[in-house]
Amino acid sequence: MSNQITGAQSLVKSLEAAGVDVMFGLPGGAILPAYDPIFDSKIRHILVRHEQGAGHAAEGYAQVTGRAGVCIATSGPGATNLVTPLADAAMDSVPVVAITGQVPGPAIGTDAFQEADIRGITMPFTKHNFLVTDPREIPTAVAQAFHIATTGRPGPVLVDVAKDALQAMTEFNWPKEIKLAGYRIPGEPDAQSIADAAALIAESKKPVFYVGGGVIKSNASAELKELAEKVGAPVVTTLMALGAFPDSHPQHLGMPGMHGSVSAVTALQKADLLITLGARFDDRVTGKLSSFAPKARVIHVDIDPAELGKNRSVDVPINGDLKAVIKALIPAIKQKPEMGAWWSALNKLKATYPVGYDKPADGSLAPQYVIERIGQISGSDSIYVAGVGQHQMWTSQFINYEKPRTWLNSGGAGTMGYAVPAAMGAKVGAPDTTVWAIDGDGCFQMTNQELVTCALNNIPIKVAIINNESLGMVRQWQTLFYKGRYSNTDLKSKMVPDFVKLADAMGCVGLRCEDPSDVDATIEKAMSINDQPVVIDFRVNRDSMVWPMVAAGTSNDDIMIARETAPDWDSQEL
Amino acid sequence: MAKHTLAVLVDNSSGVLARVASLFARRAYNIDSLAVGPTEDPAISRMTIVVNVEGHALEQVIRQLDKLINVIHVSEIKPAKSTQEELVLVKVKNNPRVESIVTKFGAKIVDSSEDALIIESTNSPALNEELLDSLKQFGVIEFVQSGVVALSHGASALADQTLDIQSISTDRQADYQN
Repeated sequence: MSNQITGAQSLVKSLEAAGVDVMFGLPGGAILPAYDPIFDSKIRHILVRHEQGAGHAAEGYAQVTGRAGVCIATSGPGATNLVTPLADAAMDSVPVVAITGQVPGPAIGTDAFQEADIRGITMPFTKHNFLVTDPREIPTAVAQAFHIATTGRPGPVLVDVAKDALQAMTEFNWPKEIKLAGYRIPGEPDAQSIADAAALIAESKKPVFYVGGGVIKSNASAELKELAEKVGAPVVTTLMALGAFPDSHPQHLGMPGMHGSVSAVTALQKADLLITLGARFDDRVTGKLSSFAPKARVIHVDIDPAELGKNRSVDVPINGDLKAVIKALIPAIKQKPEMGAWWSALNKLKATYPVGYDKPADGSLAPQYVIERIGQISGSDSIYVAGVGQHQMWTSQFINYEKPRTWLNSGGAGTMGYAVPAAMGAKVGAPDTTVWAIDGDGCFQMTNQELVTCALNNIPIKVAIINNESLGMVRQWQTLFYKGRYSNTDLKSKMVPDFVKLADAMGCVGLRCEDPSDVDATIEKAMSINDQPVVIDFRVNRDSMVWPMVAAGTSNDDIMIARETAPDWDSQEL
Repeated sequence: MAKHTLAVLVDNSSGVLARVASLFARRAYNIDSLAVGPTEDPAISRMTIVVNVEGHALEQVIRQLDKLINVIHVSEIKPAKSTQEELVLVKVKNNPRVESIVTKFGAKIVDSSEDALIIESTNSPALNEELLDSLKQFGVIEFVQSGVVALSHGASALADQTLDIQSISTDRQADYQN
C-alpha cells in the first residue's frame, strides 16, 4: 500500500512530470483536495484575483515561452470564468492546459452546488477536453493534455477532475508513451508539393509572403528570413505574426488587413502568388473574400489540414510544420523571380503611404505618439501586450517588432481585458524582460484586479493606459458609420476612476501624463521602476482614429488612408 | 446541395456523440441522418453520417471531423460501390391490398392486428420513400425510421485505415514543453 497516494497528489505529480514550473489559479471547493499537495509542490502557484486572469496569464506565459501555460480553477463559476481565455487561446492557437475541479462523480448531473458541465461548455473551443472520474486515469489525461496542447496546431486543453477522484487513493503511473488513435502530428512535407511550390515561385512576377502566427508558433523566424531573402519577395506579417520577420527589414511591407498598411494590403490585392505561411485568410485580412487577391495563385502551408482551402482555394496546399516546410523549400529555390517592376511599384507605395498620424490640432496628446515613444524608449527587446481596440491597432502599427514573441494580443477572439493578465503571465515567463501592457481605459477596467496579483508576487509589469475616456474603436465606428451618435461609448474615465489612485491602492506606482512634452519623462520614470508594477494614465485625445481602414465587409481595394480619403491610385503603377 | 455518406470511426467513450453533434451545429453543416453503433472492436464505435453539403464544404466537414481527437477515421462511402440502407417501421390501417405492395418492396409485415399492420422495410432511403408513398392510400398511422448505415463493397474494412497509430514517448514531454 506504500505506493498509494491520493488522486490530488497524482494530479500534482502529473503536472510536475509534464514539466510545469508555474501555474495560475484560484482554489475552491471541488479543486480543494489538489491545493493541499500544491502547497508542497515545487511548482510555483500564483494566486490570481479572478479565474479569467489565470487563463489569460497562462496564455501570456505560453506565448512568450512557447511552453504550455497552465491555469487551475474550481468547478462551476471558477471553471466558467476560464471560458473566455480558453476561447481566446483556441482562436489564437495558444497552448494552454486548464485544470478544473468538478463536483464528485455521483453528484454529476444532479445540479449540485457549484456544478457546471465545463466539458460540455468548452467542447467548441478546446482542442480537446477530459472529464476524469477515475483517479487511475489522472496521469494519462494530464500527459495527453500536454501532448495535445503543445503539438500540431497548439491550442487549449481542459482537464476536469471530479472531487472524489482527487480524494480517492490511487497509484501514480506516468505513461511511458502516448498513443492517440485519432491524433496525428504531420511528418515531413511531401517532396512533390515542395517542388510544385518552388515552381510557382519561380514563375511568379508578383509574389508576396503572407506570413501568419504559425511562423512564431513553429519557431521558424530564422528559416523564414533565409527563405524570404533567397526569393527576394515582399513580406507582410499579420497581426498574429508581428515580429516573425523584422519590421526594419527592407522586404517588409507591414501588416495587411483592416488596419494594415497601404503597401501590405495592396501587395496582397495585386499579387500573382501568395506564399501563405501559417496564416488562415481571416476576414480581418481578406476583407470581402470574393474580391481578395483576385489574380493570385496560392501556396498555403499549415500544420492544420482543415485550414487548407477553408476560406480560399489553394493551388499548392502543404500540410506540415512550417519550420520543416520552409527548410525543405529553401534548397528548392534556384533563383529569384524577376520582380523589378513589382518592387518599384511597391516601394513607391511604401514611401508614399507610410502608416502615420496627425497630431491633434488642440495640442492634446496623440495616442499614437505615446505608443510610438514607448516603443522607441523601451526598444525592440521588450515585450508589448495589448488589449483590444484602437490602442491595440496603434500598438501594432507604431512599435517596431524585430523578434518573435515580443508582441502579444488577442487577435482572433478580440478579448477586451486580455492585456493586464496576459502581461502578468508574460513577465512570469520572461522575468528579465521589460513587459509593457498597452491597454485601453475600457479594457483596463475589465481585468485590472490582477495588478494586485502582480504587486504581491513580484511581477513588475508596466501598464500604459491609453485613456481616451471611450470605448474607442466602437466610438470610431459610430463616428464613421452611425453619424456620430455615440451610444454608450463614453466611459468618462478622465473623471472616474482615478487610475493613479487605483494603481496606488493596488500596490503599484501610479503616474499620469497629459501633455506631449511630459511623455518621455513619464516613460523613463516608469522604466526606472523595476520593483513594483507601474501604471501610467496617459490622457489622450479622444477623437484620434485608426487609419488606414478597410471597412468591415468591403473590398481591400477600398482601403481608406483617412476619412473619405483613398490612396491616389492613378499615380500608382500597379 | 448533395447528400454524402460518411463512415466515421470514433473512440467508444462518453461525450463523443456530443462532440460530433456540436461540431456540425457550430460550423453550420447539415446532418441528414446519423446512426451510431458498436464495431467488431469494443473500443471503437462507428457513426454513419449523411451530410447535405456542396463539394468544397464536404472536404471541410471531413477535415474538421478528423480534427476531433476522438475521431479516428473518416471516409466517404460512395453510393456506387457500397450498400446503404435504413430501417423503416410503418403502421398502416389494415387492408388486404397492403400485402402485394409489401412483397414488391421486399418488406415484411411484422405485426398484424384487426385494424392495423406494422411493416418493416430495410432498404435504400429512396425505395423506403417510395414504399411510404405507396402506403399512404391506406392511411399511414405513424412511422419511424433509422439513420442510414453503409458498408463499402469488397474485402477492405474501414478499420484497416486505423492501424498506424503514432506513439510518442513521454520522455520527450519536456521537449514539447520547450
